[in-house]
Amino acid sequence: MTKELILQAREKANASLRLNLQEALALYEDNDLLFLADCARRMKEKKSGRQVFYNVNKHINLTNICTSGCPLCAFQKKEGEPGGFVLEETDIAKILEEAKSTRNLGEIHIVSALHPDKPFEYYLNVVKQVRQALPQVDIKAFTPVEIVHFSQMTGKSIKEVLEILQKAGLSSLPGGGAEILSDRVREIICPKKATTAQWIETIKTAHKLGIRTNCTMMYGHIETIEERLQHLFTLRDIQDETGGFQAFVSFPFHPANTGLDYLKRVGSWEDMKMMALSRLILDNVDHIKAFWIMLTMPIAQLALGFGADDLDGTIGEEKIIHAAGANTGRGITRSKLRQLITEAGFEPVERDTFYHPVEAGEEVFK
Amino acid sequence: MMRMNAKEAEQLLVSGDPIQLGQLAGAEARKRFGDRITFIVDRNINYTNVCVNECRFCAFFRRKESKDAYLLTFDEILGKVREAVDAGATQVMIQGGLYPDLGLEYYEKMLRLIKENFKITIHSFTATEIQHFARQAGISILDCLKRLQAAGLDSLPGGGAEILVDAVRQRVSPKKIMTEDWLHVMECAHSIGMESTATMVIGLGETMAQRVEHMERIRQLQDKTGGFRAFITWSFQPGNTELGGEKTSGWNYMRNLAITRLYMDNVPHIQGSWVTQGERIGQLTPAFGADDLGSIMLEENVVKAAGTAYDMSIQKMVDMIQGAGWQAAQRDTEYNVIKTYGGKADVR
Repeated sequence: MTKELILQAREKANASLRLNLQEALALYEDNDLLFLADCARRMKEKKSGRQVFYNVNKHINLTNICTSGCPLCAFQKKEGEPGGFVLEETDIAKILEEAKSTRNLGEIHIVSALHPDKPFEYYLNVVKQVRQALPQVDIKAFTPVEIVHFSQMTGKSIKEVLEILQKAGLSSLPGGGAEILSDRVREIICPKKATTAQWIETIKTAHKLGIRTNCTMMYGHIETIEERLQHLFTLRDIQDETGGFQAFVSFPFHPANTGLDYLKRVGSWEDMKMMALSRLILDNVDHIKAFWIMLTMPIAQLALGFGADDLDGTIGEEKIIHAAGANTGRGITRSKLRQLITEAGFEPVERDTFYHPVEAGEEVFK
Repeated sequence: MMRMNAKEAEQLLVSGDPIQLGQLAGAEARKRFGDRITFIVDRNINYTNVCVNECRFCAFFRRKESKDAYLLTFDEILGKVREAVDAGATQVMIQGGLYPDLGLEYYEKMLRLIKENFKITIHSFTATEIQHFARQAGISILDCLKRLQAAGLDSLPGGGAEILVDAVRQRVSPKKIMTEDWLHVMECAHSIGMESTATMVIGLGETMAQRVEHMERIRQLQDKTGGFRAFITWSFQPGNTELGGEKTSGWNYMRNLAITRLYMDNVPHIQGSWVTQGERIGQLTPAFGADDLGSIMLEENVVKAAGTAYDMSIQKMVDMIQGAGWQAAQRDTEYNVIKTYGGKADVR
């Protein structure tokens, strides 16, 4: 890594100019954390000023019984294994009934395992059920991995699957399952689920249908730093083509209870560095989310100084990440979120799935 | 660099930007210590939880007649020191509640016994305890410190300072040592070559002006004596206390940390507190001006579990430092480096 390259990369980052992979690697190696933060926050402020977003959402995980058996996952159960569950129509009805009383609920977020027997109709019916119970709420559901699974199960094309779900009321895709878009890495951490090409195809198809998505990264496992940064450039290329990503969300890998439990969870230094670097690299993505259930709230709040502009939601009942040993709380009140944002000198904005501001209620709820 | 004045510090504590302040504070720390981040291996020995002070922010104290009140015997204390020495500790920090009736001889004997049996630095007794010992013995603070020094006390930890503004102290710990007395204990100690650290506890409901007043009092004394080795900010832990309230946020802690590096320009070392803020905030503190991460406090059970568990905790500290790209080094009480750890860690 030459001094000239580092200098050049710093100048570009400082001026919010587009970085290339070599420059991003140089900034990574340079390891000047608060310089990266300063540059990233300036880029954030060009995009969303002093605003920091959050939404009132509810996560539903339909099942944890999964055919893909990914080593990276702590959530999965094999069929018949103790602790496995599948939510049926009546279970979901109960959850939705409860959701109706959540004021300002803006979004239902549904991601699940790849169940061996549940047909596509099961998932489709869930979307219909949610749409019927909560007509105003955005339904953000199914990662590209699940969409590929539906396509394989039904023999329908990805486009057809997405069109059917869209018609039933699906609003957007969460963009999970990207992990690191490198087949070398996927072969080790998730050999049986959607490949790099399938993930990209699904996302591009969704964007072309007007279904917006998020994009994600899971880092801190067996990937090299170059693979990790290359992943961000792959996402940037997709965004240049389609413009369909709303927000980027990164997940530090939690090794507990996974097939990769010999690894250590990366530290907060790495988390903040990736937060800032992703803001700088993904110059064409509007929003960078600090996912507090992964990062812990103190670090997520601090991330607002590192280019993040979204603290995600108030989240009820998240299961997948907590299965991997995250010991953060299962939810947070709106007033607490707003207080943390205000304290950091930003303006809290309650949003819907599409980042339209909505009027925030004042009551405290779980 | 121009010395920061109290008005500027107050303004920055209210609305300063932690990232920009951190950049300045980090540069100041690097100018002094380069890429090195230090820690110490020590053991806390709390010889008693009996305390006459009953402070509202304290979750530790018991009344003497309480069922779970305790006072360690000298044999128990020596046993703990032995475990610490065996585990590689270079320092013991002996602190306790203000026991109503032990007498100065008791503490002198404790110190002598430790020094006779072990080669270890005794960094012990807060100003509050020193004042209590002196009062009980009916002698001056200076004489009390001289006797303790003669018995083996090497240096004083800076605890019990909380916020050195009597209005705050009256509210949170009315029976505990007041501002002038705390500073007097430190000044006396420094005058006989007994160095110390200084602490500040934030989140006690103090105003930013009061925080600055605290820093200013210590900075002034330091100009006079030069005896403070380090400045350490703890955030108040509201759990199980009468005072209660909310824990200081990451944002406010980092802002405060950076300002202490910039304001306390005559104190060489600034500690980042992973103990009160957690390891995740702790790992970030060197970016905001810290050059030391304090102590690996050997826990009772950790020490007893011997080799492995102990290695793990040093390993964890070294990983935390190296994982952020710094050079990790173990130090002694006087901040001399006694061991450096090679190579930056593979962060993955």
